[in-house]
Amino acid sequence: MDFIALLAIQILYAIASLALISIGLAIIFGMMRVINLAHGEFLMLGGYAAIVATSHGVSIWIAMLLVAPLVVGMIGIVVERTIIRFLYGRIIDTMLATWGLSLFLVGLTTAIFGNTTVGISAPLGSFEIGAYRASAYTLFVIAVAIVVLAGVFSVLRWTRLGLIARGTMQNANMAAALGVKPPRVYAVTFGVGAALSGLAGGVLAPVSGVFPTIGVAYIAKSFITVIGGGAAIVTGTASASALFGAVNQIATFATTPVFGEVALLAAAILLIRVLPQGITGRFFRRGI
Amino acid sequence: MKVNRRQFLQRATMATAAAAGAGAFAASASAADMINVAGIHDLSGGLDIYGKPMVDALTLAVEEANGAGGLLGQQIKLINYDTQSSMQLYTQFAQQAALKDKVAVVHGGITSASREVIRPVLDKFKTLYFYNTQYEGGVCDRDQFDTGVTPAQTVEKLVPYAMKKWGKKVYVVAADYNYGQITSQWVKKYVTENGGEVSSIDFFPLDVTNFGPTISKIQAAKPDFVWSALVGGAHISFYRQWAAAGMRASIPMASTTFAVGNEHIVLSPEECNGMLVCYNYFQDLKNPVNQAFVERFHKRFGADYPNITELAMGTYQGFLLWAAGVKKANSIDRLKVIEALETGIKIDAPSGVVTIDPPTHHCVLDVHIAEVKDKKLNVLEDFAQQKPADTAAVCDLIKNPNDNQQYVIKF
Repeated sequence: MDFIALLAIQILYAIASLALISIGLAIIFGMMRVINLAHGEFLMLGGYAAIVATSHGVSIWIAMLLVAPLVVGMIGIVVERTIIRFLYGRIIDTMLATWGLSLFLVGLTTAIFGNTTVGISAPLGSFEIGAYRASAYTLFVIAVAIVVLAGVFSVLRWTRLGLIARGTMQNANMAAALGVKPPRVYAVTFGVGAALSGLAGGVLAPVSGVFPTIGVAYIAKSFITVIGGGAAIVTGTASASALFGAVNQIATFATTPVFGEVALLAAAILLIRVLPQGITGRFFRRGI
Repeated sequence: MKVNRRQFLQRATMATAAAAGAGAFAASASAADMINVAGIHDLSGGLDIYGKPMVDALTLAVEEANGAGGLLGQQIKLINYDTQSSMQLYTQFAQQAALKDKVAVVHGGITSASREVIRPVLDKFKTLYFYNTQYEGGVCDRDQFDTGVTPAQTVEKLVPYAMKKWGKKVYVVAADYNYGQITSQWVKKYVTENGGEVSSIDFFPLDVTNFGPTISKIQAAKPDFVWSALVGGAHISFYRQWAAAGMRASIPMASTTFAVGNEHIVLSPEECNGMLVCYNYFQDLKNPVNQAFVERFHKRFGADYPNITELAMGTYQGFLLWAAGVKKANSIDRLKVIEALETGIKIDAPSGVVTIDPPTHHCVLDVHIAEVKDKKLNVLEDFAQQKPADTAAVCDLIKNPNDNQQYVIKF
């Protein structure tokens, strides 16, 4: 019984971390149709931002929850203004440009921080479930994921800002005719997507450590989640994370981490075969 | 002066030819009075935690040899290749070292996977190869020397020590490639021989960072201690997550890889104090050769150098052994050096006396068990002059000089 509770927490954690690493990409790729191959590096930069801030005496909570998203959000806006804005609608070109950006960011961080793993200890200690112990930080990551998903949903669904963003993504010319400035909306949306990636990178840094090429470990999973989720940003990310996270973690428990990854990929292939438009192409179609 | 395009092109061509000629001349001049030595190590990527100290040690060894007048009256030129933790680059650089640089010897390879990538290449091009990393044992190849410790020298000592201290039930976590696969079998063998039980062996690819499910599984199995043969930067998160789950108080840990990449400095003392390891070299060994070496090393690389690792010392000693072989052979010819080394060459190294074991091309050397304590490694027990018994059981290069394979432990 205790073990089942522990298993449930681990599954929730897998779902939460998938959702966290994917939500930024869901906004940039799902809303703006920009295939951002530098997404993994945004996560990596969030991790470094949190660790550098912590080592300069900033409280770890402020470093993870404020510094990381702010820094990466600003980087995102700069990237959008200098590179991405010239390439809207040119999918192959954005792939090339963001791939180059990803290599550049890996090289830059290697030059600055060196190619070693840095990390901070996870705060909060541990808690007991019967005979078992687990890190309390696991619960914190789950909570952050819930808050982030709920926050993005609320902004898109109930605020004027969210309405304008959704409208601009659907039909930029019509939005412009109604007095919206699409370039500004694009820049802000890209910045928000980047900031959420930075937040995820910061929150996951104490768990996984950070090194310049860690983005590679994240990017495939986040693309699979976003594509598996389909058009709706929040519902899609949440439902795809729930499916893939659960499959991955249960397979990992039953066998080994290698088969856990294989099971995740197999589930993704099956899903795309059965539902080419992703989960929200068939279910929750009116979701956001 | 006015120069038209044709004149410009003519002059440019001549200048280029002259420069190329000068370059070729310089290269041949230096090749004539310098001995080329290649170092092939990962200086970037997930394995650079191992590679950087190895290259520093090799650099110091070469500088010291050159300072003492070089080898056979010639200076040594060290050519370092950074393989960036990528197996493809190992093949490429091994070929380049053998064919383009025509090196007298290659020192390098970190993971056992990388060793098995370059070993056939260097065999093919008849280039002497020194693998200076502690590894899973069993390589039997007359073209190669393995100067690092193997399971019969370390695991055999550490298993009974840890079992006596903590108990008989062991859970093994290991990296998922030949090193982890084979080493975990050695752990199982020694645990079984000492009357214990291995409850499970879990393997992890080098890029895995989420160990949550495994930590829960270990708790469910309730072992007396955990044995780690995890490798590389990503796997450091296992120790972090283990500590974060509050497991350090209840289940202790021993390892064949911990601290080799200075993990004990990267992690905080609370995350790894009390862990047991067993290697050939520790920076704090109290012998005059080592104390002088540490002083020279700090003078060269700064007194704040974090820690001279097992692999760094393996590389330093590997170079000294090769140099001793060259002196004895009075030649850098591959076969002559191999024959000289096969006389059982002995050096007085910082880790103690290191002797080449002729039938296996491995080394007889001292090993020590140590405990991680506040970012330091405190030596607890010494074992003098351990033989590579695991490889010796299957490999005899004096009887079968043409043997060329890696033997794998069988039950």
